[in-house]
Amino acid sequence: MSARVQLASAAGAILSLPARLVEPAMSGIQRGVGIKRMPWVFLLPNLVAVVLFALLPVFINIFYSMSGSDRLFPWDRPFVGGANYQSLLDCGNYLDPSTCSRDLFWRALGNTLVFVPVQVICMIAIALLTAICLNRDIVGRGFFRGIFFFPVMLSPVVVALTWQWILQRNGALNGLISSVGLTPVNWLVFPNTAFFWSVFVTVWAHMGFYTIILLAGLQAIPRDVYEAAKMDSATPWRVFTRITLPLLRPVMLVVFILAVIRSVQTFDELYVLTGGGPGSATMLMVQYIYEVGFATQPRNFGLAAAASLFLGLALLIFTGIQMRISRGGNND
Amino acid sequence: MKRTTLRTTTALALLLAATPFAHAQQITLWAGDTGTGGKIFAEMSKAFEAENPGVTVTVEEVSYQTLVESLPVQLEAGEGPDIAIITDLGGLSRFYQDITPYVDAAYFEKEWGQTLQWLRGGDAASKAIYGMPTTLTVNGAYVNLTLFEQAGVPVPAEGATWQEWAEATKQVAAATNTEFAMEMDRSGHRFASLAISYGAQLVDEAGQPVVDDGLRAAIEQFVAWHQDGTMPMDLWGAVGGATHRELFSDFLNANTVLYFGGSWTLAQMDSEVGDLFDWAVVPAPCGPSSCTVMPGGGAMTVFSHTQNAEIAGKLINFFAQPENLDHYISTEVEIPSAASQIANGVEYPTASARTSEALATFINQIPKMDAAAYRFQGWRYQRAMMNALTTRISQVLNNELTIDAAMERIKEDVNLAIEAAGGQS
Amino acid sequence: MTDLSQPKPGLSIAAFATRRRGRKRLDWTDWLTYLYLVLGLLVMFTPVLWVAISSFKTPANLTEFPPTLLPYAAQTVVVEGHDEPLPLFDVVGEDGQTRQLAQLRRVGIQAQMIDPANPEERIVVPVGNATPVRQLYLATENYSNLLSSTGGQIWRYLFNSLFITVVATAITLVMNSMAAFALSKYRFRGSNVALVSILATLMIPATVVLVPTYMIVAQLGLVGNLWGVILPTVATPTGVFLLRQYMLTIPDELIEAARMDHASEWRIFWRIILPLSSPALAVVAIFSILSRWNDFLLPLVVLTRRESYTLQLALASFQTEYGVRYEVLLAMTTLTALPLAFAFIFLQRYITSGIASTGIK
Repeated sequence: MSARVQLASAAGAILSLPARLVEPAMSGIQRGVGIKRMPWVFLLPNLVAVVLFALLPVFINIFYSMSGSDRLFPWDRPFVGGANYQSLLDCGNYLDPSTCSRDLFWRALGNTLVFVPVQVICMIAIALLTAICLNRDIVGRGFFRGIFFFPVMLSPVVVALTWQWILQRNGALNGLISSVGLTPVNWLVFPNTAFFWSVFVTVWAHMGFYTIILLAGLQAIPRDVYEAAKMDSATPWRVFTRITLPLLRPVMLVVFILAVIRSVQTFDELYVLTGGGPGSATMLMVQYIYEVGFATQPRNFGLAAAASLFLGLALLIFTGIQMRISRGGNND
Repeated sequence: MKRTTLRTTTALALLLAATPFAHAQQITLWAGDTGTGGKIFAEMSKAFEAENPGVTVTVEEVSYQTLVESLPVQLEAGEGPDIAIITDLGGLSRFYQDITPYVDAAYFEKEWGQTLQWLRGGDAASKAIYGMPTTLTVNGAYVNLTLFEQAGVPVPAEGATWQEWAEATKQVAAATNTEFAMEMDRSGHRFASLAISYGAQLVDEAGQPVVDDGLRAAIEQFVAWHQDGTMPMDLWGAVGGATHRELFSDFLNANTVLYFGGSWTLAQMDSEVGDLFDWAVVPAPCGPSSCTVMPGGGAMTVFSHTQNAEIAGKLINFFAQPENLDHYISTEVEIPSAASQIANGVEYPTASARTSEALATFINQIPKMDAAAYRFQGWRYQRAMMNALTTRISQVLNNELTIDAAMERIKEDVNLAIEAAGGQS
Repeated sequence: MTDLSQPKPGLSIAAFATRRRGRKRLDWTDWLTYLYLVLGLLVMFTPVLWVAISSFKTPANLTEFPPTLLPYAAQTVVVEGHDEPLPLFDVVGEDGQTRQLAQLRRVGIQAQMIDPANPEERIVVPVGNATPVRQLYLATENYSNLLSSTGGQIWRYLFNSLFITVVATAITLVMNSMAAFALSKYRFRGSNVALVSILATLMIPATVVLVPTYMIVAQLGLVGNLWGVILPTVATPTGVFLLRQYMLTIPDELIEAARMDHASEWRIFWRIILPLSSPALAVVAIFSILSRWNDFLLPLVVLTRRESYTLQLALASFQTEYGVRYEVLLAMTTLTALPLAFAFIFLQRYITSGIASTGIK
């Protein structure tokens, strides 16, 4: 507790220096614009950054998706209307990617639709289990929390290279397997094992983040609720399903939305680990966008932008539905 | 306390102000940091600065990824260095500055007639000189001679076909318990060597993609080798998309008898294999059509946004002088690109006997190269074709596509790229 | 209701279950928990440890299969009459006895060896009968080469990474908390629009908007400048979201009281709200530090000059078209992860307790 106070006071000391310069200025502004407009003054820096570096790029992207050529600057690019969208959507049969003129887009979409639910469910299930274990009164709790959070701190490239190096034919895992007398498996060569390890590695790398959030949620559940359950001598499973889960719901929602958004955006780890292979078995949407728009010469920004807008739209709809459902749930 | 703040703010302001401004006489040159090229050019430009007072040449060593991914975006924005040593010769051609007025044009044409064409991005009528090809790289096969000796199998002689090599290496692998007979980097450029030997054109005179029977035969052969275990699935099978992948470690560990890579691996080969086993570079395996490997290499080019085209051109002309060129090639232990250097040979005082021998084998492959190989190397859409080759062949290996469908897709992918670039070829 | 004699009541159902049986002995749920945690420890930490150990292996040792657990290197011996140290081999002779010989050279499947004790006589040995003698060896040269090959530049990279991380995090904290303050403590027209447009940016993968972002950075003249990496990343939507959620729990009465005392809005924000939000600020700071430290794509395009490289960019330059130099890469990986590991050891309590008190609801 005292350490936190120390940290806070140290931070306060550092922050108070520029503050002395800012405060008179801000009071001046308040006199000028009046208290009613102060929230906008507070919002301004963040909004400027959001508009300049987040919303403006999206609008430029929308224009890219409707223009052609490999030029970077919008004013150099001829307008082509819906041609990029048309080419993406041009399919003989929507269930068979090989009938589509942009077959890899549909394969990537299909892979993403399988990858995201599997990865998110595995991740949340394991994160929840871990959080429950870490919430118990155990020896070395801080140490274990640290261990589970550690991979979150590694950069995606490091994560992927580490695992690639472990999983390759002559890697550590096969060394271990053959030393106990089993036959080594070439893990990344078969679509099914490659898909398994894609899920495994991404869960490994990000699970700690969600574990910590869920742990926080568990700690926020009032103790007397469990005491009451004790009175009824409920079984642990019953307590879990009837008390823990329902009370954890709001936190679960946040975790779920964040996990889905980040799962859909998975790129770096798999790009280095499998490159989307074998064949196109682990190629997800963002990799497709990257390959079309960046990894090749000439760069097809138009097609990449059109594909990315599909992705953004899908995420927006998903989050909207989630919010709506959760709000509906809260109203009951 | 207050003074500290002031000092920090000043430091911040200084950092902000430290953005470089292009001085009238300042030239920036980017070199990849893989070799020692940057240091050699930096050292040579001291002499140039002495001859031209007021000129400063800054040589920056940047990562390969910066050159490939970041440089094109910067050039598009009118940013980036004045000069760079690049490997995508055809793809960046619209950013080049013609330096014909500042260099000895006749000398450049005589020395680099063929490779200067690569810089013109397929514009056959152009006479522009956009820069100086620095080194040549040559694809080629390394074989583990020790394994051959142990198996008692004779090493196929010059002129042996790919099939004969496959047979021989398979026998060796079986006799010596080696995991794989042959391995090839996962790279469209390496595959193009095989394809062109099998008669593939890949690109026609008009700059349009060609998928022909030669390409089909090469893909069929390649797939068969993966199915019967001659080649490992780890590279072309396991990796997707346009990702480059190599498993040089397999050759180091004697897990493969033959390794198809290129001349750039020589230094590593020499230092890391040491005397673990005997190895050699072998002459290009033949296909039904020719015994071709792909050429490649870097070039030092001037970009059109430069404020100092004249000085940049003169600097390149300076580097192109025979004594500077020889110094660079022999220190860097690379294959020369200039005609007279190829003809007269270059001394490599620092190289081992084995490396010199391997270099000689590589250089001997140059005259045997098919015209299609040169045309493909200088094509603006070469990268699009190479990415399509890796992506689609990997799909065939995983039964996602038939060979026919893959051929169709390769052509479509390249056409899409041509269309995306606005249709000019 | 509660049994006060219990040492420290746990909060989860499992703890509840154990409590019912008394705290003295470990029951089956405890065993399961420990089993799971130890398994988790193996899965989570072994790969990291493996990288760290492997960063001390020589290139030859790295490419071996099956891999050795500990770093080994060939043992060498200096023999009279030979300038270079010669590698030692255990050689099984025809009589079945093992001798230690030094190898002169190898030709194909035969090797010429000499006995270090008797350097005059040359012995021809079939390669199959000889195994190299090896000893534990920490290839610290991986690290020293790394430091020398970057020509001391590594300190420059470290400075750049630290500068970006610290400055961007500081700006993020101030800007995000200002926005969060406005969005949580005022009712005004357009607040929902502002909130939604900030949160909507969460949906955009950074990879996707890389090109437009670069263009804007280029137009601002910030290419090759550390600020070109800092400015586009400061408006983090998660930061605003977490801080806003936390500030909602701070009672409005505090603000009303301060207004009575004629405090300016800025003073209320800076002196009352910010100090009270410190747990949430700690969380946002930690996430900002992690993501800025590990940033890769944007720095790759924006930071073009070698002296503006970050550690992550330097790390990537050991992977080239011509292959990965694993020994340097592993050393660099260990080095870049070290500062984070230390930071984490000190900060992990704040991460957990901080998030716990942000009261995500």
